[in-house]
Amino acid sequence: LVSWVPVVGLEIHAQISSNSKLFSGSQVQFAAPPNSLVSFFDASLPGTLPVLNRRCVEAAVMTGLALNCSINKKSLFDRKHYFYADLPAGYQITQQRVPIAVNGSLSYSFCIDNKMSQMVTKTVRIKQIQLEQDSGKSLHDDARSQTLVDLNRAGVGLMEVVMEPDMCCGEEAAAAVRELQLILQTIGSSQAIMAEGQLRVDANVSVHHPGEPYGVRTEVKNINSIRFLAKAVDYEIQRQIEELENGGTILNETRAFDSKLGCTISMRDKEGKQDYRFMPEPNLPPLILYDAKSLPANMNHQQVVNIDWIRERLPDLPSVKRAKLVELYGILPEHSFTLLNEDGLAEYFENVIKHTQMKPKKVIGWILNDLLSYLKEHACEVKDSPVSSFLLADLLNLLERKEISSSAAKQVFEELWKGEGKTPLEIVKEKQLELLQDQEELEQICQAVIDRQEDEVGAGMLG
Amino acid sequence: GQPLGILDGIPVAVKDNFNTAGIETTCASNMLKGYISPYNATVVQKLLDQGAVLLGKTNLDEFAMGSGSTDGVFGPVRNPWSYSRQYKEKNPSKSPSENEDSEWVITGGSSGGSAAAVSSFTCFAALGSDTGGSTRNPAAHCGVVGLKPTYGLISRHGLIPLVNSMDVPGILTRCVDDAAVVLGLLAGHDPKDSTTVQDTFKPFELPDSIDVRKLCIGIPKEYNVPGLSSEIQALWSKAAELFKDAGAEVIEVSLPHTPYSIVCYHVLCTAEVASNMARFDGLEYGHRADMKQSTESMYAATRREGFNDVVRGRILSGNYFLLKENYENYFVKAQKVRRLIANDFVKVFGSGVDILLTPTTLSDAAPYVEFIKEDNRTRSAQDDILTQAANMAGLPAISVPAALSKRGLPLGLQFIGRSFQEKQLLTVAKWFEKQVKFPVIQLEDMKSHDCSGFPHQKSVSSL
Repeated sequence: LVSWVPVVGLEIHAQISSNSKLFSGSQVQFAAPPNSLVSFFDASLPGTLPVLNRRCVEAAVMTGLALNCSINKKSLFDRKHYFYADLPAGYQITQQRVPIAVNGSLSYSFCIDNKMSQMVTKTVRIKQIQLEQDSGKSLHDDARSQTLVDLNRAGVGLMEVVMEPDMCCGEEAAAAVRELQLILQTIGSSQAIMAEGQLRVDANVSVHHPGEPYGVRTEVKNINSIRFLAKAVDYEIQRQIEELENGGTILNETRAFDSKLGCTISMRDKEGKQDYRFMPEPNLPPLILYDAKSLPANMNHQQVVNIDWIRERLPDLPSVKRAKLVELYGILPEHSFTLLNEDGLAEYFENVIKHTQMKPKKVIGWILNDLLSYLKEHACEVKDSPVSSFLLADLLNLLERKEISSSAAKQVFEELWKGEGKTPLEIVKEKQLELLQDQEELEQICQAVIDRQEDEVGAGMLG
Repeated sequence: GQPLGILDGIPVAVKDNFNTAGIETTCASNMLKGYISPYNATVVQKLLDQGAVLLGKTNLDEFAMGSGSTDGVFGPVRNPWSYSRQYKEKNPSKSPSENEDSEWVITGGSSGGSAAAVSSFTCFAALGSDTGGSTRNPAAHCGVVGLKPTYGLISRHGLIPLVNSMDVPGILTRCVDDAAVVLGLLAGHDPKDSTTVQDTFKPFELPDSIDVRKLCIGIPKEYNVPGLSSEIQALWSKAAELFKDAGAEVIEVSLPHTPYSIVCYHVLCTAEVASNMARFDGLEYGHRADMKQSTESMYAATRREGFNDVVRGRILSGNYFLLKENYENYFVKAQKVRRLIANDFVKVFGSGVDILLTPTTLSDAAPYVEFIKEDNRTRSAQDDILTQAANMAGLPAISVPAALSKRGLPLGLQFIGRSFQEKQLLTVAKWFEKQVKFPVIQLEDMKSHDCSGFPHQKSVSSL
């Protein structure tokens, strides 16, 4: 069997977390009544002009810095033209010629074969980050042969993050996106919730034989979760391999992922390839950013965006947080990943540590095995956990002081989970789970048990 | 009560491509017939804030595309001078019935309605727009002052755009002093228009006694174009003599790239038009065709029905130039030529020339029946040649009525100044205006007045 090299690149659109849109003052809000967040500019009323939102620029700079990019001190805006009901102006304002950030990298890790013990770290190059407008939403009502258009989302700021085709499979793509999501959430430039459309991923997939040039690539869209991303990519790789091995060819086309069927379907355009007729946006001057060196002395820092000022204020990135957790608490790297993967779990863990004498290396077991499995089983988030970090710390203290056994502790935990407001100590007393320290008392109990057993054995033999 | 401002109670007119809240704004197009704008253009708001009384919206070529004000859906604009004693004396009618319909002359364009409104004493000032000469051209034909300010001085927010990188709001008044007053009210940074300059604008009053001895007037030889009427040539020379005799230095200069400006303008203008018109799809506002087969068919029908041939022609051309395979050869090339044209002016102004003196139009106003013998594109190419370079370079320019032609119609001359040096430009224009003492239009139904005593000669601010 000849081997195939799959090649996967990603185009990710992250909605910027800001109060207002990229070029207008209307509010950004999920699930508002249709067409309630639309300014004259968003509706493309004639004569309206774009005004750049400073917060969106800062978000893009933060993201660029977090992804090790070079920030372009001068970047430009362009118009990308196409006709569609959810694009009121007939063009999108984007950055095609000179985007705000280029040439970065993202490191991501994942477990081989789902074994926690084997983590692999890889890097994907970030080609660029560009600012652009989001489009509105169209809902096709086939029953009444009409399309309903909601422009609430039209004009919301997006950062398009382009990842080079350095990945090779669904797992890698998923891990890269997961890490990007964490970074964006950490720095606050995007809430990056895929379910709310704040993070959208398109995958570019191709296959080729080792040593040969890259194959024709397809673009896969309509991926609604990280899990589906992995599935879609892997399916597409498989589809292309089978197609080629059967003597077929791959078309340079766009395909939609069908999550129910688990496959990709061609979205063949009747007109063929689009020419977007890119043109510079004449209503926006070049975007000029400054750093400490280039900032003119008399300029008010409120009036400009200073890259160095932003860099100084960046919070710890996930990779740094993980390293700190490992160093501080002696936990394994893979543990640190899990801690950061669940929203609030790392803070929970650290709070437990603060309030217990139990060693972190033992606490982590309780967090990752007991707490996490309960959370998953009940589809519960850390913040909604009926067992608070304080309660768990109390429980672990009982265990640490050998007042209860570890099996008793697990029983107490189960009780705590019911959320009836009882403390661990109360539950222990209630259920008489205290460890007996008295040797003589223990011997009496054991003897009693043995005696009972003998009776039973005797009864059994008779009958 | 207190006057709201310097224009309190002064009637003004506004070209119908400026948004006026609650008032129909049509751009003389079927596309926007019945469109009630929900907001005021910044310049309109400024006029109203000063207490100006909006008499009405004035007619134009559809979407400001044209040099005759003959191609709008409300029909052509008639030059008030057609009905002046001066014109009628020089053009005795062949038969009584023919007179009204075949002899009347055009206003020039595209701000013909605004020029006619000022010329016929219906208002003291009017707003036009100027992209290739659309304020100066009709000003010259209608015997009024037409000012094109420096690009970036006056806000375009609310001006429905033709070419975003060249459009400016234009000012039409009866005398240069009035233009200075209106300029003072309109100029200045607008946060809603990112292409306006940040510098604070200082309104100015023009001196009454002006000394031109320290001035250097440049006469660009390339503006002596074929097609320039001998009358205008003579007038131009006479004007140059006027300055020389008063002690100014008058020299011939060269703007070598002038011959390329027509084609350059054509490429850049149509490209921007194609882009700016993309928003007119019938979805959010304006005309919507009764076509329900599909979104595309609705778009196509709407645009076919809503736009006239001139607009559609420019859209098609513009889209052609923006195609990927043509972009470098046409659009980028034209941008480079535009830079060369602008540099011609920089060189000349940098060599000691203060003001350039040129004709505004090739001849006096043509009779309508003659004008329409050629199509809009041909006419625009012919008529824009003397005015559009100032738009390419973003420079301020003003047309001042100079004399009456053999046919009794107004002839204007143009002054072009340095960027943001409107004060110097208007000062020179005012001096010239005082020298030539352009006659007042004598409209048939009006009582005859003394030239010198007519309020026309006095500034608005002295009323």
